[in-house]
Amino acid sequence: MSKVTKEQVLRSSGVNVLKCMRCGKCSATCPSYDEMEYHPHQFVYMVEKGDLEPLLNSDSIYKCLSCYACVERCPRGVEPAKVVEGIRNAVLRQSGMNHIKAENIPEMLDEDLPQQAIVSAFRKYKR
Amino acid sequence: MTFSYYPGCTLKTKAKDLDRYGRKAAEALGVTLEELPDWQCCGGTFSMSKDEIASKLSAVRSLASAKDKGNDLVTLCSACHNVLKQTNDAMKNDPDFSAKANNYMKLDVPYNGETNVIHYLEMLRDKVGFDKIAEKVTNPLTGKKIAAYYGCLLLRPGKVMQMDNPENPTIIEDFIKAIGAEPVVYPYRNECCGGYVTMEDKALAKKKSNKVALSAAENGADMIITACPLCLYNLNKNADESDIPVYYFTELLAEALGVKD
Repeated sequence: MSKVTKEQVLRSSGVNVLKCMRCGKCSATCPSYDEMEYHPHQFVYMVEKGDLEPLLNSDSIYKCLSCYACVERCPRGVEPAKVVEGIRNAVLRQSGMNHIKAENIPEMLDEDLPQQAIVSAFRKYKR
Repeated sequence: MTFSYYPGCTLKTKAKDLDRYGRKAAEALGVTLEELPDWQCCGGTFSMSKDEIASKLSAVRSLASAKDKGNDLVTLCSACHNVLKQTNDAMKNDPDFSAKANNYMKLDVPYNGETNVIHYLEMLRDKVGFDKIAEKVTNPLTGKKIAAYYGCLLLRPGKVMQMDNPENPTIIEDFIKAIGAEPVVYPYRNECCGGYVTMEDKALAKKKSNKVALSAAENGADMIITACPLCLYNLNKNADESDIPVYYFTELLAEALGVKD
């Protein structure tokens, strides 16, 4: 994987990670907490430290539901989900890094699955 | 009262009831919904990355087309509403994104977020009025205990969506009262059902949607109502520990107004 820089992630997400006061409320409210290796507050401070490699290589980036709970409930307005999105997009934009493939979609379909789910999954898991 | 109307792709296919009953109920309330002639899929989810431009352009096209029509744009699907509202906010308040989108679109007049996007529920509350709806109810859902499921997308991010208090909303409960039923308030009404993660991690979607459905049932609800096709799917299919029925709110509105077929 080519080098992803801290500056790139900050620019893409538009987040000021220095505003974080480490209260952990984002992770406490995250519906995917149990499924994540790195939690929202860790995304924020690891990006601040420039410690990106573990995040870039973790499945945690695919567990964020974009539910905005952490964005809404952060007392400092840090918006951790945008950092997760910034890391995920840095991964997906690299060649061959799609997390979901169009040819695998048919086997995931059932008669009730709304189009909205497929379109959203394409947005979140592939370029 | 005339509005432009954005149905979205799912309402044309798997969520036809959300659309059909929404149109019937609007007609019964004296509201004209004019489907935007050249709407495109909103993209399903709003990309939070500021440098993500192309994936937001279809939403911008629909918004710009609504501006030409000159009426408020009414949405019905929670996801479409969230995407259109957030994209519109970015066109208004993010000059870098707006400049790039406008450069690409080459419109005769640049679009800068002029369209007013409102959700169908906001139309009911702010334009028609819940008191007026209550007067037009011919078939009140008396005795029904209904749990409003907001999910994430109608309410958050609160500073952009501005529909209601994101932590203590009342709009759907007020709607439930207007159609003569009794709202049930329960802890998980504004927590995520799992959303699109059903495509990536079914177990996670099951866990999240079961929490919501069981929470509603434990608090005495007979049914759940939602505005989102994906929430409905998750609460029906993935909430396998609960059999509480889930309906679109427009279906109950049409029923209460006596126009459900």
